[in-house]
Amino acid sequence: MLSAAAPRRVAIIGGSRIPFARANTAYAELSNSDMLAGALQALVDRFDLHGQRLGEVVAGAVLKHARDINLTRECVFSTTLSHETPAYDIQQACGTGLEAAILVANKIALGQIDCGIAGGVDTVSDAPIALNDGLRKTLLRAGRARSVGGRIAAFGGARPSMLKPELPRNAEIRTGLSMGEHCELMARRWNIARADQDALAVASHRNLHAAYEAGYLNSLVVPFEGLSRDNNLRPDIDPGKIAAMKPVFDRRAGTLTAANSTPLTDGAAVVLLASEDWARERGLPILAYLRAGEAAAVDFVRGDEGLLMAPVHAVPRMLSKLGLSLQDFDFYEIHEAFAAQVLCTLAAWEDAEYARERLGLAEPPGAIDRAKMNMWGGSLATGHPFAATGGRILASLATMIDRRGSGRGLISVCAAAGQGVVAVIEK
Amino acid sequence: MSSGTPSGDRYLDFVNGPVGGLLAKRLGLPTPVRLVRNGDRAAKARPVLVGAAKGARLLSALAVNFAGQHVVSFYHHDAESWREAAEEHGLMSGRFGERSGRVGALVFDASGIETVDGLGALYRFFHDSIRAVCPNGRILVLSIPPESAGTAEAAAVQRGLEGFTRSLGKEARRAIAVQLIEVAPGAEAAIGSTLRFFLSPGSAYVSGQVVRIDAESGQYASGTTRRTVLVTGAAQGIGAAIAELFSARGDQVVVLDVPAMADKVAETATRLNGVGLPLDITAADAADAVLQHARSCGGFDVVVHNAGITRDRTIARMERAGWDEVMAVNLRAPLRITEKLLAGGGLRPNGRIVCVSSMSGIAGNPGQTNYALTKAALIGLVKRLAPAAREAGATINAVAPGFIETRMTAAIPFMVREAGRRLNAMGQGGRPVDVAEAIAWLADRDSYGVNGQTIRVCGQSLLGA
Repeated sequence: MLSAAAPRRVAIIGGSRIPFARANTAYAELSNSDMLAGALQALVDRFDLHGQRLGEVVAGAVLKHARDINLTRECVFSTTLSHETPAYDIQQACGTGLEAAILVANKIALGQIDCGIAGGVDTVSDAPIALNDGLRKTLLRAGRARSVGGRIAAFGGARPSMLKPELPRNAEIRTGLSMGEHCELMARRWNIARADQDALAVASHRNLHAAYEAGYLNSLVVPFEGLSRDNNLRPDIDPGKIAAMKPVFDRRAGTLTAANSTPLTDGAAVVLLASEDWARERGLPILAYLRAGEAAAVDFVRGDEGLLMAPVHAVPRMLSKLGLSLQDFDFYEIHEAFAAQVLCTLAAWEDAEYARERLGLAEPPGAIDRAKMNMWGGSLATGHPFAATGGRILASLATMIDRRGSGRGLISVCAAAGQGVVAVIEK
Repeated sequence: MSSGTPSGDRYLDFVNGPVGGLLAKRLGLPTPVRLVRNGDRAAKARPVLVGAAKGARLLSALAVNFAGQHVVSFYHHDAESWREAAEEHGLMSGRFGERSGRVGALVFDASGIETVDGLGALYRFFHDSIRAVCPNGRILVLSIPPESAGTAEAAAVQRGLEGFTRSLGKEARRAIAVQLIEVAPGAEAAIGSTLRFFLSPGSAYVSGQVVRIDAESGQYASGTTRRTVLVTGAAQGIGAAIAELFSARGDQVVVLDVPAMADKVAETATRLNGVGLPLDITAADAADAVLQHARSCGGFDVVVHNAGITRDRTIARMERAGWDEVMAVNLRAPLRITEKLLAGGGLRPNGRIVCVSSMSGIAGNPGQTNYALTKAALIGLVKRLAPAAREAGATINAVAPGFIETRMTAAIPFMVREAGRRLNAMGQGGRPVDVAEAIAWLADRDSYGVNGQTIRVCGQSLLGA
């Protein structure tokens, strides 16, 4: 599939996102299309891509309406990009945004395309509510019936209980447990203290606030629907109040609270990727290069592994291919689905027994310098519109590296159904 | 005063209440919006929508100023140049569209408009954006002094902006203030303090004004030392409000008022941690005494000629004494003191003189031939003394208050008072602090470019120009 003479480096040109909003607040009346088109148009404006035909636009949403079969392509029509730009949707839970970037980057590296946009969007406010499955089957059965009598017979099977709609649930299909309940199990397995989780949440808010105040995010965020900062951010977060909050997933003995877990959020983020030549021809900046990506999955159903532990496996696998150690990084972006998830990941990387038995490594990957982690805040403060988080992190990390002049960053994103997507970017 | 507290204007309170608001809407009664001033509930900082005509010269200066204040902006689709300027200065900005939400201000750079056709950009911008401005919003049009334009057409077009902004002020309502800011070529970098003031809650009651910025501050760059501010007639009323504001901003105030009010002078001075100066400014040696005081404290940084009296009578009924007293307090005293301070070095470098004129001096008022004469005279005075002041590294300007709610206006008969209150674009009276805020802007260390001008604090009154 190599369409160029040799694989090419993939440049990260820049990103755009709308401020993230807690569910049922600023974007309560908006759809995924509204938000994704908003972020896309901002990227097009910023890099003057009006009327240009790009290689492709790849994005997705975790919570999606049935009608959005071509969500991304429809959004292209809403922008000033050339309407001859192909697009497709992908879906890999919270890994969607980063996986989309890896897909676009691979095509650029292989020479199949010269440039593309990757991203994601999600809304919990405008969640799809489906017909009750019983009612749906009744309607389909009636549609298949050949005679009036057959139709009446089909409707005869209808029951009042079928009027109850089907709501999307934040639960694992195979275990019935919510993601928070799974993460409670992980926190218990790794002895993650409540105080450490709370401290991570406080740091997340403080770092994000400081980044906004310093203007670091001005090139990444566009004002939208009355917001110019993520409305989950608490600039003056009070550690005392955080410590007093009650656990939400295990009310008796749990450690996960509303403050050290990400809130349900609406938002969209996109990133522009290109070959070096394409960027240079247009005089566009190269923030950093996307060097490697890796996905992993764990069997949390039958296996004795935590739901959100896949990145722990993915990172060492990727690093061994690159000949890098976990300490060879200037920045770490570990997606904060829950503070406990981040802390479990870090603990597992330091555990020799776990490394031997689960990761198949003689030596554990080891500890990281926590001061280099989520320096501009993480998902706990920013919020986490599932598919949008990958694009947010990728563009922020590339900007950090660009501001520093050079450096290497690691991205780790955990996802539902025991998956994880990770990447390395550098300059 | 917070927005929830009574204003002394019962109608304003009524229509801003739950029942009154509904009633006024049903009956089609005018519904003035309560002005948001400095110190009121922290209003949410909203983005600024920027527009520009081709050839705009002020965008870079605008971006420099916005960058210092974390301003979030949108650009109108005609103004791609703002996107570039904003990006260059690290500002957050986005294209204005249906998903932009409400904005706090519109700023349009019209400095590049030289032809009648070029005015189309002005139409497009305001046609698209005026409804996006939230109540208590601000609209600024930036232009060049018409006489500095290259052609007759350009001069006419630039002068025409004055009619545009004044009409827009009357249309916008909802406590939205509109100004035209003329920036002379070469003075672009000096717009900071003026931009800040007219985009801030401090300018709530100033609308429909034309402000000219015609010089860079040059050697008179901003400093941070505590300034000494002389306010005449400062024992009570608007004068006390002026002294309070300067004091609150960290300046040392010199509270001057007549010896008969020595107690009040001392009280105000103590309260504001300032200095009391009981003095009859109409006395023959008053100017000398003021200069002497100035020298004793190393010179004044700011002098506010606020002291004023009324002796209202129609000219036929007016006694000579009433005429003479008004002349002495309102005109001769500020004239002599100013001359003395300028000539005698009583003003420190980058000094500021601000005279308190009046709407009466612009529009005229029955029964105030004497008062209006003196207040109009101050307008002439600042204009004439402006070059001399600048030579001394200072500025001299005037503010002309309209209907300001004070004890004096509370005594006016109801119907006359209602007319005074309502006949302006804000539909309400101003407060002493509104006058003080305008004076503080003119006295700002960075306002060196504003000189010889008279700015009305009248909510864009229907009376006068």
